[in-house]
Amino acid sequence: MEFVTHHPVLVVSLIKIAIALFVVMTALAYLTWFERKVVARIQSRWGPYWVGPHGLLQPLADGIKFLFKEDIVPPAADKISYVLAPFLALALALTTLALIPIGPATISILGQPTQLVISHSNVALILLFAISSIGIYAVVLAGWSSNSKYPLMGGLRSSAQMISYEVSLTLSVVGVLLIAGSFDFYDIVDGQSGHWFHFLPKWLIFPQILGFICYLTAAIAETNRVPFDLPEAETELVAGFHTEYSSFKFAMFFMAEYANMITVSCLATLLFLGGWLSPFPETGAWRWQLYLPAAGLIIAGIGLIVGGLRGVQLSAKVVFPVLGIVCLGVGYLCTLPGVMPVIQGPFWFTAKVFFLLFFYVWARGTLPRFRYDQLMSFGWKFLLPLSLINLVITSLVVVLRLR
Amino acid sequence: MNIAMLVFIACGVMAIVGALALILAREPVHSALALVLVMISLAILYLLLGAAFIAAIQILVYAGAIMVLFVFVIMLLNAGEEVRTNVSRLAKWVGLPLGTFFLLEMAYSLFREYGSRAVATSGAAAPDPNLTQQLSMKLFTEFVLPFELTSILILIAVLGALVLAKRES
Amino acid sequence: MIPISYYLILSAVLFGLGVIGFVFKRNIITIFMAIELMLNAVNLAFVAFSREFNQLDGLIFVFFVIVVAAAEAAVGLAIVMVIARNRKSLNVEDVNLMKL
Repeated sequence: MEFVTHHPVLVVSLIKIAIALFVVMTALAYLTWFERKVVARIQSRWGPYWVGPHGLLQPLADGIKFLFKEDIVPPAADKISYVLAPFLALALALTTLALIPIGPATISILGQPTQLVISHSNVALILLFAISSIGIYAVVLAGWSSNSKYPLMGGLRSSAQMISYEVSLTLSVVGVLLIAGSFDFYDIVDGQSGHWFHFLPKWLIFPQILGFICYLTAAIAETNRVPFDLPEAETELVAGFHTEYSSFKFAMFFMAEYANMITVSCLATLLFLGGWLSPFPETGAWRWQLYLPAAGLIIAGIGLIVGGLRGVQLSAKVVFPVLGIVCLGVGYLCTLPGVMPVIQGPFWFTAKVFFLLFFYVWARGTLPRFRYDQLMSFGWKFLLPLSLINLVITSLVVVLRLR
Repeated sequence: MNIAMLVFIACGVMAIVGALALILAREPVHSALALVLVMISLAILYLLLGAAFIAAIQILVYAGAIMVLFVFVIMLLNAGEEVRTNVSRLAKWVGLPLGTFFLLEMAYSLFREYGSRAVATSGAAAPDPNLTQQLSMKLFTEFVLPFELTSILILIAVLGALVLAKRES
Repeated sequence: MIPISYYLILSAVLFGLGVIGFVFKRNIITIFMAIELMLNAVNLAFVAFSREFNQLDGLIFVFFVIVVAAAEAAVGLAIVMVIARNRKSLNVEDVNLMKL
C-alpha cells in the first residue's frame, strides 16, 4: 500500500495500461469475428455460425487452435530475427495505443485525478508516426529471416509498399496540423468543437476532404489491407512474409495487423472526425443527446433479448438474453449522474472508430486487389502529388486567413 | 537515485551494448539492428534532455527511414557473414588499455570542470511545450539559407543515387 | 538531476566505438554503419550542450546533421551497390584499384 501512496502516478498508469490492454485484445478478437461476418454477408453467406451462438466463440476457438499448433522453425532461419519480428510487430502495434485519448473528461482512479489517456504528450502525433515507422522492421525481418524465396519477396515488397505510403500518410496529416497548430491530440480535437450554421460540426473532414481521402487510402496501404494486400495474399505469394511462421508467432502478426487497423482508425477519428465530440450542438435544446449512450445500450439489450428468444440455436436462446440483460444493466449505469458526463466522450469516439472499421471491412469485401506495380505507381505518382497539392492549398488558405 | 537517473543508466547501457553489438556481430543485419537499438536509446535520452521533437524526428527519419535503407541494401546485396580479421596483437594489448586510460582521464577532467556546476538544467526537465514553435521560428528565419541548401542537397542526392544505381542496359 | 558530463562521456564512448568499428571492420556496409554511429554520438553531445546553455542552436544543428546523414546514406549506398556489382564482393580490401 505504501508503494501506491508513494508512486500514485505510476500505479494509476499501470491500471490504465491493464484496462486498455484488456479492452484492445478483446476488441481485436471480436474485430476478426466482425470482419468475417460482414464479408460473408457481402458475399451472400452466413459466416461463422456454429461455434457458439452466431459464431461468437469463433475467436476463442481460433486462439486455442493457434496456441496448440506445432511451432515449426525453419532450420536455416536466422534465430534472432525470426523470433524478434512478430514480437516487434505486436509490441509496436500495441504501444501506439498509449498515445490515443478517448475522452476529454478527468476521472479519478484510486483518488488520483487522471485523464482518459495513458500518456499525454504534446508531440503525440509525431511520436505515433515515429513508432509506426519502426513497424517496417518487423515485416522486412520476418521476410528475410525465414530464408526462403516467397517470404523474402513478400517481405521486401510489403515493406517497400509501407515506406512509400508512409510518406503520403504523413503529408496528408500536415494540413490538419496547419489548421490546428499543435501536435497534441487534445488541442486538435478542441479546435474542432463548435458548429457552422448551427448544424454542421466543425470537424476537419469538411475543409480537409482531400486530406481525409489521401489519409484513408494511405492508411489502408500502410496496414497491408485489401485492396493493397498483394504481398500477403494467399493466391499470389503463398502468405507473403509470414509464410514460414506457425502457431503463436503467426497469431502475433495477425493481431498486429488488426491492432494497426484500430490505431489508424483512432487516429483518423481524432484528426478528421472530431474525436470525442458529438455531432449535435451542445446548446440547451439538444440536451437529450446526453441520454444517447444509455438509450443505445438499452435498445441493443432489448434487441438481443428478443432476438435471442426467437433464435433457432439453443445456445442463442440462452446466451443472447443474458447478453441483453447485461446491456440493459450497463445502459442503466450510463444514466447515473456520476457516469453520464464521463461516458459521452468515449461513446462518440467508439462509435466513430467503429464506423471507420466497418468501412475498412466493407472495402475488403468489395474491392479487387491492386497488382504490385500498379500499387507502387499509384502511391508515388498519384497519392503523393495529391497530398502535396492538399498541403499547398491548405497553407495558402491559412496564410490568407491570417492576414 | 531518482527515476531520471535510472532511465539514463538504462538507456546508456543499451546504447553501449548496441554499439558493441555493432562491432562484434558477425552478420551485417545484426549490426544494423544493433544500430537501430542505439538510435532508439539515444532518442529516449533526447526526451530526457527535454527535446521531444528532436527525439521524434530521430526515430522517424534516422531509425525509421535511413536504417531501413541500410537493411534493404544489405538484403538485396546478400551481404554474407563477416570475415574475421587477424587483429594485430599491438592493437589488442596496447591499444585497448591505452584507450581506456584516455577515456578515464577525459572523464576525470570533465567531472572536475562540469560536475560541480549547477546541474539544474540537465536531467528530467519537463519538455518545453513550445519547442516546435521556437525551433521552426529559428529554422525559417535565422537558418533559412542552410535549410534551402539542404533541400537542394537532398535533391542532388536523390538524382545521384538514381544515376549511380541504374543498370547499363 | 543528471550532470551534463555523463552525457558527454556517453557520447565520447559511442564515438570511440564508432571509430573502432570504422577501422577494424571489413564489410563496406558495416563501415558505413560505424560512420552513422559516430554521427549519432555527436548528435547526443549537441543536444546535451543545447540543454546546458539553454539555446536552440544545438537542436537546429542536430536537425541538419540528420538531414545530411540521410543524403549521405543514400548516395553512399548507391556507390556501394555499384562497387558490389563490379567487384562481386563487399570486402573493402577488394576495392584497391583506382579503376573500377
